[in-house]
Amino acid sequence: MRALPAGREALLIEADSAEEAGALHAALLRRRVQGTLTVREIVPAARTVLLDGLPDPARWASELSSLEGESPEPPARPPVEIPVRYDGPDLAAVAAHWAVSEREVVRIHAGTEFTVAFCGFAPGFGYLTGLPARYAVPRRATPRTAVPPGAVALAGPYTGVYPRTSPGGWQLIGTTDAVLWDHTRDPAALLSPGTRVRFAPVEGP
Amino acid sequence: MSDRALVVVRPGLLTTVQDIGRPGYAHLGVPRSGALDPPAAALVNRLAGNGPDAAVLETTLDGCALRSRSTVTVVVGGAPCPVAVGGRPAAWGAPVVLPAGELLQVGAVSAGVRSYVAVRGGITVEPVLGSRATDLLSGLGPAPLAEGTVLPLGLPAAPPARVDTAPRPGPPAELVLRVTPGPRADWFTARGRRDLTTRAYRVSPASNRIGLRTEGPALERAREGELPSEGMVLGAVQVPPDGRPMVFLADHPTTGGYPVIAVVHPPDLPAAAQAAPGTPLRFVPTGRR
Repeated sequence: MRALPAGREALLIEADSAEEAGALHAALLRRRVQGTLTVREIVPAARTVLLDGLPDPARWASELSSLEGESPEPPARPPVEIPVRYDGPDLAAVAAHWAVSEREVVRIHAGTEFTVAFCGFAPGFGYLTGLPARYAVPRRATPRTAVPPGAVALAGPYTGVYPRTSPGGWQLIGTTDAVLWDHTRDPAALLSPGTRVRFAPVEGP
Repeated sequence: MSDRALVVVRPGLLTTVQDIGRPGYAHLGVPRSGALDPPAAALVNRLAGNGPDAAVLETTLDGCALRSRSTVTVVVGGAPCPVAVGGRPAAWGAPVVLPAGELLQVGAVSAGVRSYVAVRGGITVEPVLGSRATDLLSGLGPAPLAEGTVLPLGLPAAPPARVDTAPRPGPPAELVLRVTPGPRADWFTARGRRDLTTRAYRVSPASNRIGLRTEGPALERAREGELPSEGMVLGAVQVPPDGRPMVFLADHPTTGGYPVIAVVHPPDLPAAAQAAPGTPLRFVPTGRR
């Protein structure tokens, strides 16, 4: 773990792995709840956690070791279940990448417990981890100009669900009617960092 | 419908509703948004007798024109521009009475980029996550103004300030941004890092609320490729593949994969928001605090 400068009011902490970044994120959230960390934003990402709006970045940079080696707390809530019709236009391409049948893609994907590693790209878009590394897939060579809301998609090690129509280069394997983002709802985001997720296959349409 | 409302007659190039934004949701992928020149927005609010979090209008280069359904007090500030009420010249940077049905014309800027229009009582479109700001990256908040847009107004909280004018420094002829080294300065060669703070840049016309883009020398990279996505701060100097540094402003994405070579000292960002395309730009190093 190392601290990287990010201006006078922020600190970017880089972990050695995605798992360590997840544990670091949980440790920082605990400190904020305990009142020992005052910060405007705690933004986890692939290998880092950003502390933004931090009164004294230098002090935290020198106290990183106190954040290491904390084991994550056992999950307090059951996973969010997202119903999916596995009918995406890239299902066959993903099956080819994985060298399995389409049915097996569904079995593997729906049999995996995911965790929201971080959010970005659009409000409510989560980057979900949980698939073994061998199932990483490339982005499409040509991104689609409009991916529909509710599209369940894969890219790299991640699964994501598009909250609204947007351009996108991820491989689409299915569709959900779950509403990922609704700013009139509290919380607005169905998925936030640390949330556990399961995808439940349903028959179309 | 309440008669406390503005009707947009001419929206201008880009006029948006802005306030202090919605910080605190970056972990959900929500940009902070908010006025690009917060001191200017705060000043017009204060002059109008509004609280600091009241929503105002932010124009871009060529102003806008509005009619009010009731008699209201307005204040135009930020980038200097001509102001007219009912076709007659009116004060810039001071409270002005806009009678019901009369036209408020906010003209093209004589310097700077963004003028701010506060209305006593504030603009009270429905807030999203506690803010009425238009976020052009994620689409949260009200759409940019269009001809015929009706903007509801709140009830006045306090009388307008009793001042004739409030002086503010005009936009400088040269934009100087103080920077500290960023998290990925080591992705650039010594020459690339030196170039950032010694070479001359200009503000690019491709700049917007997401970022101040630049024209000038490309910064030499020590490493190719992209980073795994990481959190981005306001003022981050991100370097896309073309090598020209770009300074993140209020509607910046919350995460990104291009390396950040430096971070601009936050008090310098309002000036960046008022730097017109073509303005000479220098990045200067600041010592660690």
